[in-house]
Amino acid sequence: MMALIAVPLALGIAGALLGPRRAAWLALPGIAAIAAAAAALVLEVLDSGPQRLALGGFGAPLGIELYADGLSALMLAMTAAVGALVSLYARQYFALAAGGERFWPLWWLAWAAMNALYLAADVFNLYVTLELLGLAAVGLLALAGGAVALAAALRYLLAALLGSLAYLLGVALLYGAHGTLALQELARVVSPGAFSALALGLMATGLALKTALFPLHFWLPPAHASALTPVSALLSGLVVKASFYLLARLWFDVFGPAAGPAAGQALGVLGAAAIVWGGVAALRQRKLKLLVAYSTVAQIGYLFLLFPLATGTAQGAALAAWTGGLLYAVSHAAAKAAMFLAAGSIVHAWGEDDIEHLEGTSARLPWSLFAFALAGVTLMGLPPSGGFIAKWLLLRSAFDAGQWWWAVAILAGGLLTAVYVFRVLRSAFVPSLAGRKLHPIPLGMQLSALALALASVLLGLAAAGPAALLEIGRTP
Amino acid sequence: MSAGLAYALAGVLLFCLGLQALLAQAHVLRKILAVNIMASGCFLALVGLAQRGGVPDPVPHALVLTGIVVAVSSTAFALALLRRLAAESGRTTLDRDPAP
Repeated sequence: MMALIAVPLALGIAGALLGPRRAAWLALPGIAAIAAAAAALVLEVLDSGPQRLALGGFGAPLGIELYADGLSALMLAMTAAVGALVSLYARQYFALAAGGERFWPLWWLAWAAMNALYLAADVFNLYVTLELLGLAAVGLLALAGGAVALAAALRYLLAALLGSLAYLLGVALLYGAHGTLALQELARVVSPGAFSALALGLMATGLALKTALFPLHFWLPPAHASALTPVSALLSGLVVKASFYLLARLWFDVFGPAAGPAAGQALGVLGAAAIVWGGVAALRQRKLKLLVAYSTVAQIGYLFLLFPLATGTAQGAALAAWTGGLLYAVSHAAAKAAMFLAAGSIVHAWGEDDIEHLEGTSARLPWSLFAFALAGVTLMGLPPSGGFIAKWLLLRSAFDAGQWWWAVAILAGGLLTAVYVFRVLRSAFVPSLAGRKLHPIPLGMQLSALALALASVLLGLAAAGPAALLEIGRTP
Repeated sequence: MSAGLAYALAGVLLFCLGLQALLAQAHVLRKILAVNIMASGCFLALVGLAQRGGVPDPVPHALVLTGIVVAVSSTAFALALLRRLAAESGRTTLDRDPAP
């Protein structure tokens, strides 16, 4: 458990001290070590249930504890798998583009922060990891340089700080009322009432801002579209999932009955609005990376359907929503990272970002286009992809819970996704004029995007594994 | 009303004032200052709410120290980004955006 935080942290510090060339050289052993640690933790949780570790032998009230149940293990495994493949892409990408010398230390730091966030067992450490992740993510974004990316980075930073301060004020209320910070303790003492509602409202608003839930998504499209390609993939695939995880953790594990069905419905309405609004905005984009970024705004909406469907509903509906919502988070992480990597390859190869000028892509960059299309299959929710299973579980939960209206949003979102994915594909299948100039993209880069897209599709066939993992230590 | 509660309410007031400024001010430097005021409000609420029977509680003090470190680093980072933005484009505001 410790290795998941210590290894990337050490790599980040080493990368900053050693200088660029040797830092890139550390990438492969580093990825292998983190992936091995994540796999070991998943096996341990599957074998013997939730794991708890008191750092330095100091237990809960005074010391810092780490805790991993099935949900944490799944998020850590998702981060390791997606992080590893994006890192492989990044090794070759930074041979072609500038910015690599400062990418690695920041990325290791962001990875350490995410792993620490998924393992933290008290609300204040969660705040610290949230801030670390935010700062590292803004640093990664600023690597792109230029006025557009810097303005996007500043806006992202201010939004992230506002989000974490709202969260921290919630922490202050909780500590003031209950005198403890540990999630486990808080779960025991938090009771429904105005005070809990205020704390949850502050925390949920802050985290929704950090997750870019409609209408608090204003910072996301410029940020994710102007970042360097591997950074876009990491921000869109992984970083927004961290604050979503935290909200789900607090909502179901800590607040429990104090988070009423009405609040759940409110989050669901915003989620459904995000699905429709993000989908329509994606349709109207002219630049490929902005289209993919608005698609993230839409897909994040699906994650928030978890809250109405698992709050105060019957056992079966809640379980289906829980599994479906979190499987969607994992499928989206792989699919969106794949889509950004593929889109980035295409943009880099042609040297332009206009969706109407993709002619020749199908012939000259078949693997990248295939990765884009496969990722699109997951986001549309076509069988047998992970997105299909997740949406199917959410649909079943909506009907079981008697809340059929969410089904309308789920299906409409799938259609909108199909339209904007096919718009890109149509343009990419137009044959190019002879001699259109193309910067070659190494096969390795194309294949790491394809591997991510394949993983997001195959997740649908192997969904029983993550579903069983999610059962371990589940509260709702 | 106990002294602790008064501090906490003052903290919440500072938080709201900072939030208002963050949303209303266009200059990024003012936005960064506004975030700092919000953070101070948060810390005041954290310490103020945690008074138990007049005995100071050491835990929120440790939390606030950590929080101050985080706030100082993010302020430094935001200022560095702002300097780069101003150097590259001469802009000190964020409002003129490429339309979506």
